[in-house]
Amino acid sequence: MKFTQAGYRFKLGLAAAAAAFALVAGPAVAQQPIKIGAFLSVTGGAAFLGDPEQKTLELYVGKINDAGGVLGRKLQLVAYDSAGDAEKARTFAKRLIEQDKVDVIVGGSTTGETMAVVPLVEAAQIPFISLAGAVVIIEPVKKWVFKTPHTDRMACEKIFVDMQARKLSKIALISGNGGFDKSMRAQCLGVAKKYGIDVIADETYGDKDTDMTAQLTKIKNTAGVQAVLNAGFGAGPAIVTKNYRQIAISVPLYQSHGVASKAFIKLAGAAAEGVRLPAAALLIADNLPASDPQRSVVVNYEKEYESHFKSDVSTFGGHAYDGLMIAVDAIKKAGGTDKAKVRDAIEATHGYMGTGGLVNMSATDHLGLDLTAFRMLEVKGGDWTLVK
Amino acid sequence: MSAQFMQYLLTGITVGAIYALVALGFSIIFNASDVINFAQGEFVMIGGMATMSLIAAGLPYGLAIPLAVAAAALVGLALEKFAVEPARGASVVTLIIITIGASIFLRGLATLVWDKNLHAVRPFTGDAPIAIAGATILPQSLWVIGVTLAIVLALSWFFGRTLLGKAMLATSHNRLAAQLVGINVRMVLFMSFGLSAALGAVAGILIAPITTTSYDVGVMLGLKGFAAAILGGLGSGLGAVVGGIVLGVAETMSAGYVSSAYKDAIAFVIMLAVLFFLPSGLFGKRGGDRV
Repeated sequence: MKFTQAGYRFKLGLAAAAAAFALVAGPAVAQQPIKIGAFLSVTGGAAFLGDPEQKTLELYVGKINDAGGVLGRKLQLVAYDSAGDAEKARTFAKRLIEQDKVDVIVGGSTTGETMAVVPLVEAAQIPFISLAGAVVIIEPVKKWVFKTPHTDRMACEKIFVDMQARKLSKIALISGNGGFDKSMRAQCLGVAKKYGIDVIADETYGDKDTDMTAQLTKIKNTAGVQAVLNAGFGAGPAIVTKNYRQIAISVPLYQSHGVASKAFIKLAGAAAEGVRLPAAALLIADNLPASDPQRSVVVNYEKEYESHFKSDVSTFGGHAYDGLMIAVDAIKKAGGTDKAKVRDAIEATHGYMGTGGLVNMSATDHLGLDLTAFRMLEVKGGDWTLVK
Repeated sequence: MSAQFMQYLLTGITVGAIYALVALGFSIIFNASDVINFAQGEFVMIGGMATMSLIAAGLPYGLAIPLAVAAAALVGLALEKFAVEPARGASVVTLIIITIGASIFLRGLATLVWDKNLHAVRPFTGDAPIAIAGATILPQSLWVIGVTLAIVLALSWFFGRTLLGKAMLATSHNRLAAQLVGINVRMVLFMSFGLSAALGAVAGILIAPITTTSYDVGVMLGLKGFAAAILGGLGSGLGAVVGGIVLGVAETMSAGYVSSAYKDAIAFVIMLAVLFFLPSGLFGKRGGDRV
């Protein structure tokens, strides 16, 4: 999407095209656009992250321009496909900074790509909002680096808070051997003590395993287990859930946010009844009560995304939405694109309600989400219900 | 304690029966051609995915299963006709590489025909667990074990009593001699691909209700089935079955009694140990002409 003078004249000549691009013909065109840079894993193994992120950025940059832009200036999105490759991410970030001279960068679908770019943005002193998951991005705090997605640790904490409320303190952990599973397992073990949770069994399974009854039987025969937590992604958690019912373990089963989608209920079938898991509000937009302060944000985003792209909304696209909106708000507050002022304004983000939750950033917290970002859900009657 | 052991054993036999079915497919093609068909796992996937979409289209199991098996068999025959046969005379290694290419191609095709999502398939006869001596087993697991048994019996009848089966067996013993007594060796090779594809599809259909199915479900099952075939001795029907069961039980026992983190490692260590002392597997042919 480039709004050059040549393109402007060309479009004036074509009535039909001019109708479609009527917004471009405003007086604001005279000013330089605000450049939003992005490098995303649109193809490759992490395409399920980068694809919705890119679509979301394009959709909302268009919508903001339709509404007159920011501070009377249009937004211009400069996006590259880093294909999940940290080396490419570095090259593209360099190009964004040196050639495209973007004002702010929103991108980095994976933690690897993000961390590869961090030294560059720190040196170039340009505000960077990452869309990747890991805690290392913002811990320790880096002056120019922010992020929007919730972390695995927050999911663990949300689960442990719920266990505390149910007076469950001795738990068994079962996790797969994939990257997501391993990371979450480590985070959960790290924060368990803080919530008075004792992990007394710790089992693993292969991501392509077809049966987990052996591991679960071992857990069943471990004395004193009061709840089981499955940190997993993909088919594993559905099989664990089915096996769990098969060998009739009676203590509560918790799943992770990795399977917080309708597909999990479909795969696990009746066995999913009673399973609890933490989920981002976006995935249960329609189940949120009208009084929920986040409802309008997530319902609107879901509607926009699904009507434009005819595919289901994902939290990943939501992270890109939040990143763009936080950047735009900061540019408005800074009254321009002075990089230091925009950075300060991002850090001062307070009370922003996004698809990920309520964001209150500070000099020591460049994420700004608290545990309300997650909702505890329970499967009842083949659908999600909110746990009060 | 004994209930725990029983649970591990039942689980191991169920998992092992699946490995056995996949391993049988490897053995049949190996006998006919000396080729290890690495697309065997993809036949498993085609069976499960085709059944899933036929059931979703409203067909009853009685119709969906034969259709899915037939579809997989057709893919197997096409693979032989268009990929393996044109390369006739090429070295065995070349043929094996062709099957690896075919497996990647079939997986890609599956993402286009179907999608990349996981799919659930409902069990044949309910999913209320059955209790046996303190352990539980799903009705679907009984189907898996029962059908595997039935197939092993049917195959032994096929190879021992029918002309085509005997021809296949003869080809596996000595291809030149078989050709000299008038056996159409090319036809035998062609049929062996169809037969092992059908076997793979049956395995895929049987386990889909237990494990869910997706375009890449065949990768790991193919590998484990191959390991079972090697363990039992490539080319031996009995070996494939015993190899599968031993591998399955070893996996669950080590997950239960040792550590689930080393489950796969222990299974493969057992396999390596067997190969070290019995290089042609538990029931493989002894001799210098096959390695």
